[in-house]
Amino acid sequence: MLADVNLWPLIGVAIIIAGFVLRFNPMLVVIVTAIGTAMAAGFPLDKVLATIGTGFIKTRNLPLIILLPLAVIGLLERHGLRQHAQRWISSIKSATAGRLLIVYLAARQLTAAIGLTSLGGHPQMVRPLLAPMAEGATESRYGKLPAKVRDKLRAYSAATDNVGLFFGEDIFVAFGAIVLMTTFLREAGIEVEPIHVALWGIPTAVCAFAIHAWRLRRLDKTLTREMAAHQAALPVADSQKA
Amino acid sequence: MILSIQHLYYLVGFVLAVTAVMTLRDASNPKRFSSGLFWALYAAVFLVGERLPPTWVGVGAVVMAVIAGFGGVAGGRHAPRSDAEYLASAKRLGNKLFAPALAIPLVTMAGTLSASHLIIGGTPLLDPKNATLVSLGVGCVLSLALVCWLTRETPAQGMRESRRLTDALGWALVLPQMLGMLGLVFSDAGVGKAVAYVTTTYINMDMRFVAVAVYVIGMALFTIIMGNGFAAFPVMTGGVGVPVLVGVYHGDPAVMAAVGMLSGYCGTLLTPMAANFNLVPAALLEIDKNAVIRAQMPTAIALLIANIFLLNFLMFR
Repeated sequence: MLADVNLWPLIGVAIIIAGFVLRFNPMLVVIVTAIGTAMAAGFPLDKVLATIGTGFIKTRNLPLIILLPLAVIGLLERHGLRQHAQRWISSIKSATAGRLLIVYLAARQLTAAIGLTSLGGHPQMVRPLLAPMAEGATESRYGKLPAKVRDKLRAYSAATDNVGLFFGEDIFVAFGAIVLMTTFLREAGIEVEPIHVALWGIPTAVCAFAIHAWRLRRLDKTLTREMAAHQAALPVADSQKA
Repeated sequence: MILSIQHLYYLVGFVLAVTAVMTLRDASNPKRFSSGLFWALYAAVFLVGERLPPTWVGVGAVVMAVIAGFGGVAGGRHAPRSDAEYLASAKRLGNKLFAPALAIPLVTMAGTLSASHLIIGGTPLLDPKNATLVSLGVGCVLSLALVCWLTRETPAQGMRESRRLTDALGWALVLPQMLGMLGLVFSDAGVGKAVAYVTTTYINMDMRFVAVAVYVIGMALFTIIMGNGFAAFPVMTGGVGVPVLVGVYHGDPAVMAAVGMLSGYCGTLLTPMAANFNLVPAALLEIDKNAVIRAQMPTAIALLIANIFLLNFLMFR
């Protein structure tokens, strides 16, 4: 490693961590970090702005997956998709939030592993279907949910989609990450077969499923306890009001 | 090629321009002018961005960040329908409501898988480099037609619903792109090189297990900073993986790459920098912005510890 590495750009890492820890607005934190880092690298002001502009244009593909489905999801919500998803799941007597999410986790991991990464996602699956179903399954068991429990179910639904996607897609040989890894290693003078990289992702994928599924089973137990406490507290709160 | 990602940029630019105009004309929005300007600037990035000088785009991005950072982006009032209306509609349409929702992922999947066969007169129908995103766009347009036909609504109502959800997301919608931009600025400025230099200079890697742990935890930490495992991989693998784990201890590079990248993904689960996976879903589900990260934290940390042992045992079989 060279001794004449410019260490000043590390100030960017410090700014971003401080910004998030002190809970400044993330947009301001990001833009201040970008300007600070580029200036620390010795760029003049017009190059700082041009670097930001070029980066902003290159990353235009990122919001597409969120923006494109909004019209459809919005219209379906206007016509009761969430309510229907809740009614549909409550007709399945054995459904619990934990079991539903375990099934989704398995399906998401397996489909991502054969390259079908777009079969899930937050705007098109989690908001209109998965989260309402998790809420519906819990509500049909225990009655009306307090906001805290409802928010927890939504957070777990989003988390389960992420875990399933991340630890499924790396097993798929044609996935971008595998290409990136083999290309980088080739440049470092090491030849590896893409299929070997994909196969060695499986042990971690299995662990990810075991750990997260275990936590989802515990979620069911926590829900039972929390809803019992909530219902026990209800009449007390009412009598205190009276 | 007949349908490229550029067409999607125009489509999204058009939707955002409509959102901007509707916002400017919405008297119920307390900050309609600054919000309208924010969405108009964002629409311009998609409609004409690649034709503008990069410096101008940079100025636009800074203005957008300043508007959002000082609370200038707000939503209008969107009257929800009554619970009875939702239920009546849900009863009337029943399982038909699932069809357009499931059509989006199914068309995306079908398009992605068949993209290499859809060639008309020697020109590919779908951009082969962005087959998934272009198929997603096609799926959304087809699904919008289907939902309008099912519910007897107009595409204009679709635009209003799209704006309702855009208002609910607010500036969080732009954050993934801002963070993606920051990642590119970091790499242009040489942040990766500096981190690799500091790590390899100040940590003693004479013990094999320590070196393995440094690689795994370093992948996660660097991903937490950069928001992206792809950015962390070259840094940690170039700095620790190749010279130490493979060079000194003769580990299997295929195992190192696979477990290393998945350790980076554990970092993705923990960081607000991965806005697309953590902050945007929280905004979309209308919950606390760190709630998704909190729900993922125990899984990510347990898996990271598992990865240290997996790498240590599988790499040196």
